Amino acid sequence: MKNNQFLGLYIIMAVLLILPFVLPNSFYVDLAIRMAINAVIVLGLNLLIGFAGQISLGHAGFLGIGAYATAALPTHFGWHPLLAMAAGAAAAGLLAATVARPIFKLKGHYLAMATLGLGIIINIVVRTEARWTGGPDGMSVPPMSLAGFEISGDKHWYWIVAILLSVSVWASLSLIDSPFGRALRALHGSEVASKVVGVDVVRYKVAIFVLSAVFASIMGSVTAHYVGFVTPNLADFFHSIELVTMVVIGGMASVYGSVVGAVLLTALPQALTSFEGWETVAFGTILMLCMIFLPKGLVPTLAAKFDKGE
Amino acid sequence: MSMALLEVKDLSIHFGGVKAVQNVSFTIDAGIVYAVIGPNGAGKTTLFNLITGIYTPTTGTILLDGESIAGKSPDELARRGVARTFQNLQICMNMSAIENVMVGAHLRLDRNLIKAALRWPALRQRDRELHAEAAELMQFVGLKNYVNARADSMPYGALKRLEIARALAMKPRLIFLDEPAAGLNPKETIEVDELVRKVADSGVTVVLVEHDMKMVMNLSDRILVLDYGKKLTEGSGVEVRNNPDVIAAYLGAHA
Repeated sequence: MKNNQFLGLYIIMAVLLILPFVLPNSFYVDLAIRMAINAVIVLGLNLLIGFAGQISLGHAGFLGIGAYATAALPTHFGWHPLLAMAAGAAAAGLLAATVARPIFKLKGHYLAMATLGLGIIINIVVRTEARWTGGPDGMSVPPMSLAGFEISGDKHWYWIVAILLSVSVWASLSLIDSPFGRALRALHGSEVASKVVGVDVVRYKVAIFVLSAVFASIMGSVTAHYVGFVTPNLADFFHSIELVTMVVIGGMASVYGSVVGAVLLTALPQALTSFEGWETVAFGTILMLCMIFLPKGLVPTLAAKFDKGE
Repeated sequence: MSMALLEVKDLSIHFGGVKAVQNVSFTIDAGIVYAVIGPNGAGKTTLFNLITGIYTPTTGTILLDGESIAGKSPDELARRGVARTFQNLQICMNMSAIENVMVGAHLRLDRNLIKAALRWPALRQRDRELHAEAAELMQFVGLKNYVNARADSMPYGALKRLEIARALAMKPRLIFLDEPAAGLNPKETIEVDELVRKVADSGVTVVLVEHDMKMVMNLSDRILVLDYGKKLTEGSGVEVRNNPDVIAAYLGAHA
């Protein structure tokens, strides 16, 4: 396992390099960009859910913080887009750190409820503070330019997102195979055992919650710039659930599972458009079948099959 | 004169109306094997949980090297060199066997998140050394054949030893073993007996809860007997064996 740990990363990078030359039109490029954005968010979320064994049902809220920081700060205060993005990430991280301590004293259902509430509060703020956020109608995002060079359109954002995804996969793989990552997995495996070897479990849960919130916020900023417009839907409950579903379908505690889950669930609604009006039903059916036959998620289940086959 | 490594004075914990441990006092000198015995429900594991920071005592003091540790969190106790195993296995089944041992060395490592994500060379190098060290520890506890195994593929007896290896990876001064031979067959019990001897000989002070009397008598320098949460007696193996109260507690006779 050690030796081919990065094999998947090389495959992902190869695919990312080839894709722009084989995709027939901008519809597919757009889809690829959205897949990659979701993949980075899901990577961060899987560190929290799959590896550390915690839950967040409000992660779209952090996405919203990044997106709206990117939209509102340059619009209202003339901030540089990069500074706005950093401010959003810092705000998301700070908020996550502040609420995490009391939240992580809770377990199971209570933790789910608390994160759910947090996400809903962020969404309500975004919807009601219309003066700053445009309210339910959303607001447009000023274009980003670096050193006089304007970043816009599919081409630019494709490569930015491709690099972000590759770096995130590499960093996630590195993180889980480190003292920090081992402590994280240990507190999931046995909280009391990790405590008695000296792991300050609350600190680790807080740290990974903050990290995943920052991941989400940065990708929220990227989404806002790429789309050029933000709406409260980005930060709503259903988006949070969608992200958690990506983690579960792809595979808990699997770095590559995060990518596969994000890619499949971003593409699925597109693939199901031929069902006309029944796509939600088809979507739900596929999710249910996945959970019944692949309860550990796609990548871990297939990896186990492959291991046995050898 | 040497100070006792661990000194417990008038220790009590109440869960509602249940007095699980009542006014228990004893001292443990460095370098010995100390056993805690008693019938089921006597409060042995509760006593372990009090000393290793899982529970906070209702009253009483616990001194490690003369410093109070009562009510300190388990991770603080780990920092002070206190390790333990569990009666009901606490193995991380989501990790490999050797990673379970490596996590025991948690406090001796650079746990920085940023460096970890950046594959900081010094941190990776230290981790490789630790991997080798953990493999040696697994050999020490008799798990040579499981170095590349997944934890969830190992038999019960091997997992018991894996817990001991994880505790030893902390390089503890004091190790609490909660029924290391429970559920093992006679041959495995003898092997664990030998392992505990080896651990003690390596200079670690051992505190043992165990039901296997042969093992307790064979290993222990001193024995504490608990019954209904209270200290019944304390002494050497011979003293404890001939104590009429102990015989009564175990056989249910009225002394």
